[in-house]
Order: sequence, then structure tokens, then C-alpha cells
Amino acid sequence: MAAAKITLDDVRHVARLAALDFSDDELPRFGDQLGAIVAHIAELDTVDTRGVEPTSHPLDVSAPLRQDLVVPSLRRAEVLTVAPAQARGGFAVPKVLEVAPPGAPEDSGTTSGTS
Amino acid sequence: MTATDLHELSLGALASAIQRGEISAVETARHYLDRIGRHDAAIHAYLHVDAEGALAEAAMVDRARARGEALGPLAGVPIALKDNLCTRGVPTTCASRILEGYVPPYDATVVQRLRDAGAVILGKLNLDEFAMGSSNENSAFGPARNPYALDRTPGGSSGGAAAATAARLAAGTLGSDTGGSVRQPGAYCGVTALKPGYGRVSRHGLIAFASSLDQVGPIARSARDAARLLRVIAGADVRDATCVDHPADDYEAACGRDVRGLRVGVVRDTLGAGTAPAVSAAVEAGIARLAGLGCQVHDIELPHARYSLSVYYVVASAEASSNLARFDGMRYGLRVRGDDMRDTYRKTRAAGFGAEVKRRVMLGTYALSAGYYDAFYLKAQKVRTLIRQDYARAFERCDAIVTPTAPTPAFRLGEKTHDPLVMYMQDIFTLPPSVAGVPAISTPCGVSPDGLPIGLQIVAPFLHEARLLQIADAFERAGEVMPLPPLTEVAHRSGAS
Repeated sequence: MAAAKITLDDVRHVARLAALDFSDDELPRFGDQLGAIVAHIAELDTVDTRGVEPTSHPLDVSAPLRQDLVVPSLRRAEVLTVAPAQARGGFAVPKVLEVAPPGAPEDSGTTSGTS
Repeated sequence: MTATDLHELSLGALASAIQRGEISAVETARHYLDRIGRHDAAIHAYLHVDAEGALAEAAMVDRARARGEALGPLAGVPIALKDNLCTRGVPTTCASRILEGYVPPYDATVVQRLRDAGAVILGKLNLDEFAMGSSNENSAFGPARNPYALDRTPGGSSGGAAAATAARLAAGTLGSDTGGSVRQPGAYCGVTALKPGYGRVSRHGLIAFASSLDQVGPIARSARDAARLLRVIAGADVRDATCVDHPADDYEAACGRDVRGLRVGVVRDTLGAGTAPAVSAAVEAGIARLAGLGCQVHDIELPHARYSLSVYYVVASAEASSNLARFDGMRYGLRVRGDDMRDTYRKTRAAGFGAEVKRRVMLGTYALSAGYYDAFYLKAQKVRTLIRQDYARAFERCDAIVTPTAPTPAFRLGEKTHDPLVMYMQDIFTLPPSVAGVPAISTPCGVSPDGLPIGLQIVAPFLHEARLLQIADAFERAGEVMPLPPLTEVAHRSGAS
């Protein structure tokens, strides 16, 4: 299974994947707690699972189908009432990148959120 | 019927009294709202009380009755909902800062079904943030407290739901159960709490934690009350593709049936060193009660059940890390503006999520990351199959399985927050049925010497919720009713609106 020790770099990497910011003093504590949990979970390595299929649903339900009918869904106005910011009938969001990378074509007409 | 009797009526008796016009729905709603106003400040079961909505719904029921219209099975009955169930127009926070102020534009399917049955929704109940926890201490808005001992936990994650049910601040409630989150609080608060088998109840509108484990479940004062709630909410839903296509049983009819001759398997391991003596004693007495009712009791083993905790923490965390990716500050909830989109995601989530949520998202992300998926997630899903098979084998020789619901009675707030693993151990008996996907119920089976409730867990094969309710009902009727918690009256809390 995985390495018994989780390094601070591992924790930083996972935090990046999970889109979570941690302060410098939070990171080691989370790292330690994570390490302890992962060490406990390592007991699964001792279980013989040769020839065993994984379970994702207790009943073997394969994707059920329904009629492809158009039915009313949520109304746009209602959905946008909870938006942190909205513009032109959509969610207004920060630019993906504030600064275009060198050599990339100029971005034209992306909505800039007023949040 | 006096006002003091009102909150003592069972769900069925209350619904009948309203149907017959002996009491009005508005009077019933007012009675419960008044109790909440007087008692909830001490318990903090509610995150949001919707007095206006409840009274309007109750008035509609009274008008329908006056017009001679047919009323639904829960008409006028005041129900409250764990705050991870979407309620249209009513704040839904999952006890998290990242959803503070969020008002869903739609009802969860189970909420719609309750409304269709005429239920009056009193408000939203406290929980561990995003249903991650076993004590309600992970709520961003303060813990709920056990009505039997206010310095103790009501359990979690459906702590508010169990506490409200025990304190008669609702006639019944809906919680959600992923690893024990309905059953364990049910045990700690001395009420009946059912986790249906996976796929029995629609998850549409239940804000997702672990998609292969989550189930909505009723918490009520008796098996019979729980049966009525389950009947209303169970059944396939086109909006949840993981539902089983099997019609709901007549769960209320199952209550009252004789249990003579049913074979009950006891997992002897669960009554050993890791279990508090008070719990073992109460559960042994419970087993004797079942034998007295004519059940045939024998010991059984579930050899792989001990791995349930590890399986659960891999699977549930992995699924949670995926499900909680949607909370990014873009479309709803908290937004903490960063330099660009990704920076906004990071800052929003850092500010909005509590420590336990972050821990599980990190664990899940780690387990699913490149190089680790096979070793963690896939391996856990295989061990999960072995646990499922243990139950299938056990159910060849018995009709139901019993264990304690939790290894101890309710612990003190703050007692187990120092070490995540210590907290996770509270679910040691509720986890195996969750992992296997089978239905399980907790029913009160006694109290500790300190007067703290203790629960007996009964587990049945897949799709046999009716059998669970049949056994729990017979068990309850053969025993003593749980004493009411001693409620304190605290000055009206202005925040309770």
C-alpha cells in the first residue's frame, strides 16, 4: 500500500489537488492527523482480496434508463438568486487566469465578475 | 384532550386526531413552536425555525379538512428535518459556513413527499458539518446537546434530529445516515432511528456526503412512528438513479406482527472488552427480552466486520472529496475573492470548511490521487465485498442480527475531540451495516446507571425494513417506555426564528 509516512510535500500536493489553502502551522498538524489515519487504514493490506470484485452498490443495479422527455426544470431566475454574483443571466465568476501566459492569444469578452 | 397531552401523542394518534377534527393543525403547530421557544435554547437542536411557513402549512391542512377533502397520512403532523436536506425557500446550511445563508430553490424528494402527505415542516436541525462526525460538535453554529444531560453529546451527525425527537420538539424527524449518523444519535437520545437499506429512499436533494453510503432515515419515538415516516418517504425516484426499483412495503402493517420463531443472531464480539459494561448489560437484557418474545437466539460471527472502519474512512472520504468539490464559491454559498478563479476556490474553501471536513477531503483526495487509487479505494471496495458476503452468509442462518448500537452511552462534549480516530471509534457497530448496504435500526433498550439511554441495533437483509420494524415494535411494546428527558426552560432566544 501507500508509504507509511506522509511528508509535508505530500500534504501540500494533496492540498493543491483539493483546492484548500492551509497556513504554515496548520499544515504539519493536518499532516500528522492524516498520517495517523492512513497508518490505521493500512490494516486493509492484510486482508486477502484475491479474486474479489469491488462493491460500489449493494445491488447490481446497472444504469437504469428512462424516457427522454423534456420536463420543466429549475427556473433560471430562482437559481441565480443564490449566486454570489451574476451577470447577463449567468453566474459571474473570477477570471480563470488574471494574467495571460506569454504568447497566448488575448482573451476577448470574458465576463469579469463584480464580486 | 389537554394541551399537555398534545406532544405525547404518537404520530399515528396525532394524525388521526387531526383527521377527526379533535384538534386543529394550527393548534398542533403552535403547541410545538411554543415548546421549541421554551426549550430549544438549552438544547440547540434547531438551526432554523420556520414558524411562518409551519403555520401557513398547518392552516392549509385545516382548510382542506373543513372542505371535506381527503387528508394525507401525515396531515398536520409537525416534522423537522436535518439541515442537509434541501428545503425550498428555507435556509439549508449543512451546519457549514460555506452554505451560511444558502436558500435552496428546490425541495429534496423526501421533503416533497412529506409535504404531499400533509406534514408541517417546523424547521431545520443541527448536525455535524456536512454530516461528518459522531457528536454534533463539528457544527459551525455550535453543538446540539443531549436532552438527558446537557453537558453531553446527542450523538452525530444527526444530533439535532435525535435531540428534537427526544425532547418532543417535533413529532418526528428525518436525519441521514452514512456510517451511523441516524442510529447512534438515536441510541444516545433514547429514540428509534432507522437507516434504510441503500437505495430504499431517494437521495435527490440530500446534500451529498458519500454517494454509495448515504441514506435518509426517520428518527421517531417508536418503531410504529418510524414506520409511518418510512412509508411516506420510501420508493424509487426518477431523480436518483441509485434507487432500488422495488415498491415500499406496508411498514405500519409489519408493526404488531408476532416475532415468535424469528431467528436472531448475536455478534458476540460486540459485547466484549471494547464495550462499556452498562451497554453490554442493557443489550444482554434486550436479547433476553427478544428470547422471551419467542425469538430463537444464537451467536454469529462477521469475520470481516472489524475492517469496516478502515473501509468506511477510505470510501466515504474519497466520495466526499469528490462531492464537496462543488463548494467552490462560484454558484452558491460563501465566496472569498482571490486573485483568480482557482485562488478563489482555495480561499473560499479554506474559510468555509471546518477542520473535520478538511481532514476528510484531504484523506479522500489522497486516496484517489494518482498512484494510490488501487491501493486505497479499490482495495477498500474489495474488502467491502467481503463484509457484504459475511452478512449474506449470516442471514442464511438468521432473520436478523443484533449488536449494541454504540460502544458507550453519550459522552461529554469535548471528551473525544482531541483525536479523530477516537471519535471514529464511536461508529464501530454502526459501520458494518452501512458498508454492506443493509437496513438497520436502533431502538432504546435501557439506561445506564447515570440515566443515559442505551440503544440496541437490529440489522436485517437487504429490502427487509419491514422485518426490522416488526421486531423493533414487538421489542418496544414488551419493554418500558423511555422516561422523558428533564427539560429546562430557558428565556426565549431571539435567534430562534
